[in-house]
Amino acid sequence: MFRRLPDLAVRKAVSFTFDGRSMQGREGDSIAAALLANGIDHVRVHPVSGAPRSPYCLMGVCFECLVTVNGVGNRQACQTELRDAMVIESQRGARAVSDEISQ
Amino acid sequence: MSEGEKFGEVEIAIVGGGITGASLAWGLSRLGKKVLVLDEGDVAFRASRGNFALIWVQLKGLGFPAYAHWTNWAADAWPGFAQTLSDQTGIDIAFRRSGGLTLALSDDEMEKQAKAWARLREQPDMPACPHERLDHDGIGRLLPDIGPDVVGGFYCPRDGHVNVLRLFAALHRGLALSGVDYRADHRVDAIVPDGTGFRLSGAWGEVGSAKVVLAAGLGNAVLASMIGLTMPVRPVGGHVMVTEKARPFLRYPTTSVRQTDDGGVMIGTSQEERGFDTSVSPAVLSTLAERAIRTFPLLGRLNVVRSWSALRIMTPDGFPIYDRSLRYPGAFGATCHSGVTLAPAHALRLASWIAEDGSSSGLLDVFRGRRFDVPALA
Repeated sequence: MFRRLPDLAVRKAVSFTFDGRSMQGREGDSIAAALLANGIDHVRVHPVSGAPRSPYCLMGVCFECLVTVNGVGNRQACQTELRDAMVIESQRGARAVSDEISQ
Repeated sequence: MSEGEKFGEVEIAIVGGGITGASLAWGLSRLGKKVLVLDEGDVAFRASRGNFALIWVQLKGLGFPAYAHWTNWAADAWPGFAQTLSDQTGIDIAFRRSGGLTLALSDDEMEKQAKAWARLREQPDMPACPHERLDHDGIGRLLPDIGPDVVGGFYCPRDGHVNVLRLFAALHRGLALSGVDYRADHRVDAIVPDGTGFRLSGAWGEVGSAKVVLAAGLGNAVLASMIGLTMPVRPVGGHVMVTEKARPFLRYPTTSVRQTDDGGVMIGTSQEERGFDTSVSPAVLSTLAERAIRTFPLLGRLNVVRSWSALRIMTPDGFPIYDRSLRYPGAFGATCHSGVTLAPAHALRLASWIAEDGSSSGLLDVFRGRRFDVPALA
């Protein structure tokens, strides 16, 4: 659905996984941009209605793009820069902060 | 003045549409009264939208046993009130009488609490106030996520909480369903007794009413003097912040941390004497956050998504004022800083008292504003 614009400068490839699938983004991508560029059309399901949700505002206000990053839930994908070897998972249900491994 | 604004026949005009004004209007309309609510708009100082949403009995009434009775009555009436409100409006206000805790982060804090409870127990004419002193392990059985700094605290089974924004919405929907005439952006600047009733006016125009009830929060201080009442209220600021939503992990509210039914964790609450200032102070927020994280270390992993400061409506002794004007018997006033806890008492008992012209005063006599009238010394 989304295609990257030509880069003005060469940006290094960054590897990550989303729900166990290996993907590639570019250095400087937000997680949301990298997921959208990989054809991901929803990053979580709504904890109450179960409806699929995807990045929407891309500027940190709508909280639609929540994902789990390296075991920490409710991260805003549009506000978090992609890093090499990140383990990203779709946010399933509400964040269970008690169950997360201490950082 | 706007031309042609139409008001129906008004028996009772209530000044203020916050939780207290709306509770009174709701109760009076259920007694068959024709009620008009004149409210400010979104820019009003609005404790109803800024508060911490506790329904709290613990340690209430220290130095004023009648207030303990009044609070206990309200707390006991809450389940039925919540049910009636949700049956009427279809809004679930998430009322939970879960019991609540005050936590201590030092032995000194623990002893202060213990002394306060001892003083409360020694007061004459007190209602039963069940409570339990718990050590760290005892608290941990109720709230497993406490940190090592929590030395203990007190649990009271009568405490609880509510979704206060939905309570506010439900009261207002209830008013609309009961035919109450509610007018936002109708700030009342003047009230003039006219012999048989009162003329209330503002930039929007003027209306006449047989009775007037002040429930204008901090606005009461000025309005009261126009109709022979004493309501010396002042603002006391308080900061609150709320985190991102998380799966429920706090089963009980505490005086400073509670998880809402929506999953956000509210962290409060400070006390500032700084007039009508509602700006947010980062220094105050960081103090609140530091204490909250010492209490529940995992809060450090949650993002705060909003913070605000709001104004409590405080009387000189901290207790409510309910009064009927001696000079103008159709004028009533109500003010308190526990409008959530006391909502059923206001909707049911105070509304009846106003409807019956204050004849069945009883308990309410001790809350009159003239307790603050000090004879001038020669």
